[in-house]
Amino acid sequence: MSIRERLSGNEAVATAMRQIEPDVFAMFPITPSTEIPQYFAQYVADGKVDTEFICVESEHSAMSACLGAEAAGVRAVTATSSAGLSYMNEVLFVAASLRLPVVLAVSCRALTGPININHDYSDSLAERDSGFIQLYAENNQEVYDNYLMAHRIAEHPSVRLPLMVCEDGFITSHAIENIELEEDGAVKRFVGTYQPENYLLKEENPLAVGPYGVSAYYMEARVAQATAMMNAKKVILEVAKDFEETFGRHYGFFEEYRMEDAECAIVLMGSSAGTAKAAVDELRAEGVKAGVIKVRVFRPFPGEELAKALSPLKAVAVLDKSEGFSANGGPLFAETASMMINLDERPKMIDIVYGLGGRDFTVKAAKAVFERLLGIVKTGETGPVYSHMGQREAGE
Amino acid sequence: MAYNLKEEMNKKERFHSGHRLCAGCAAGIVCRAMMRAVDPEDRAVVCNATGCLEVSSFQYPYTAWEDSYIHTAFANASATASGVEAAYRAMKKKGKISAEKNVKILAIGGDGGTYDIGFQSLSGAFERGHDFTYFCYDNNAYMNTGTQRSSATPRFASATTTPSGTDSVGKKQEQKDLTAIMVSHGAPYVAQTTLFGNLKDFHEKAHRAIYTEGPAFVNVLTPCPRGWQYPAEDLLTICKAAIDTCVWPLYEVVNGEYRLTYEPKKKLPVEEFMRLQGRFKHCFKSGNEWTIKAAQEYVDRKWDELLEKCGRS
Repeated sequence: MSIRERLSGNEAVATAMRQIEPDVFAMFPITPSTEIPQYFAQYVADGKVDTEFICVESEHSAMSACLGAEAAGVRAVTATSSAGLSYMNEVLFVAASLRLPVVLAVSCRALTGPININHDYSDSLAERDSGFIQLYAENNQEVYDNYLMAHRIAEHPSVRLPLMVCEDGFITSHAIENIELEEDGAVKRFVGTYQPENYLLKEENPLAVGPYGVSAYYMEARVAQATAMMNAKKVILEVAKDFEETFGRHYGFFEEYRMEDAECAIVLMGSSAGTAKAAVDELRAEGVKAGVIKVRVFRPFPGEELAKALSPLKAVAVLDKSEGFSANGGPLFAETASMMINLDERPKMIDIVYGLGGRDFTVKAAKAVFERLLGIVKTGETGPVYSHMGQREAGE
Repeated sequence: MAYNLKEEMNKKERFHSGHRLCAGCAAGIVCRAMMRAVDPEDRAVVCNATGCLEVSSFQYPYTAWEDSYIHTAFANASATASGVEAAYRAMKKKGKISAEKNVKILAIGGDGGTYDIGFQSLSGAFERGHDFTYFCYDNNAYMNTGTQRSSATPRFASATTTPSGTDSVGKKQEQKDLTAIMVSHGAPYVAQTTLFGNLKDFHEKAHRAIYTEGPAFVNVLTPCPRGWQYPAEDLLTICKAAIDTCVWPLYEVVNGEYRLTYEPKKKLPVEEFMRLQGRFKHCFKSGNEWTIKAAQEYVDRKWDELLEKCGRS
């Protein structure tokens, strides 16, 4: 039986962690993810979990301690945001290349310049090449559910990759919403225990981890890692299927909202999807064939599936909540558009960078995007392919 | 049990030959001796910072290490060890490892990975009190990248980023006193040693460190033939000169109590150490006599301070 509760995204993540009871939690505070280890520290203080909770002196050390613990043979987790994730950067790549399935909760927040504590994806999407699997959530329920699936995906023998469970800083991490929690026992049964094949503390035989790999070996290691990321696609869907059978909630690579006969659509990630859906509902009532695709899995990127879903449309706007500074558009647009290249039938596509550093995204703004798309459908002219939305103009 | 070199050398080797360290490098000897200090019935996990030792001892698909070993990055040997130690505690508590079996957690890094880039994670792990032993093989510079100066490079040493020249007499600053800094962390065991004689001093300190509960630190002066510029066969002569000139005094600090473990019969002038190495060659040029005088003054001051800490003044 599910339990109805009211929780913030951070408390939902902490609750999932308590239910899973990892062996090691290495923490370092940063806004807005800090609440996750704070809730967890209370669980430790109250004897609710049997976890080694270590308060390290930096995010670099938090991820390093997780590597040490995972390599030693146990489940290790941490949480961070923004600069903290950037500070982990070096070790994120090591985690993935050592094939250590650390689970990292990220309350996504803008990167500094100027310093800002609010939401965008400049932190997590800057780590898109780190080799971490990345799951994104629209609300507290999704971040909780993603967390319940995380260890099983990451630890699967054909995957063995670290995984980020991403939620939107403050918008999801701090807003309290209704949520359905699962019972502790049911969660434990679903997640299962960690059974690594080889580990440092294995009694029977020692293990050497993290070699110097010269040119004669490096490429094979990287190809194996790339194969693992490709394998993750199948595993993500298998785990989602089992999750649906167990708990009744459906998940895929992305969610298609009112896409059946859509002519134009917005592709985006996270909490903004709720706003875009509200705009679609209003437009549909007016007879506009509009839809939304919300990307849940950014790594591995479901390019083929997404391209197939977008292929019949006439115009698509990708909304990027991180700049990327490619001078061509944000990372979600680059990934999405690149997979359309070989399709015979494909829509006109534009990219709009929005919501940086917590800049608000409204139903009105979403409707303005659809208005542009309708114009493109009508004229066949995209106008500027890459633009920004919501910023003040000179003199405003 | 009294130290017996022959018995020690009859122990099963836990750091194998065939590694790629240079001839005349002390790091390989340090590793062999470090692993001999782990009782034969106990297992170990070695956490190694990036550096010469790492690239030379674990080049895929070969490893010189008999025990479990992990390298992840340059700055984080202590943080990695913290995670291994936390995992060990978790597994013991949950009965996943039998209670009678001991696993000793060791970390090892060069001076770059210890005094400099790895210092934050070292300090953090010591403050938290993880049960592990950190060995610093201090070869006085970033040797893996080609002898760039570190905070462990002594004053007047020529390094590739502090070369001697018409306007330079090598590094301008004195060596950071990391051993004293680790003592000030309140660690239960801190020691300074190097390789000399029958390695008794090294072995006893390493064993004490490894079998002390909580964080222990052993700073090992580890000469490097490339960086210090000496013929490979002079390795032990240089180590001996370092302790007889008191450039590298041997002592240990047990729960804050200092104890001198070696006192030269006759304290030699510092130039007896400097003269053996190409990195100090410029100090012996006409006009640079003051550098040797300044080096001597520094060594004398530090030695007097140490004697006082040991209750000997």
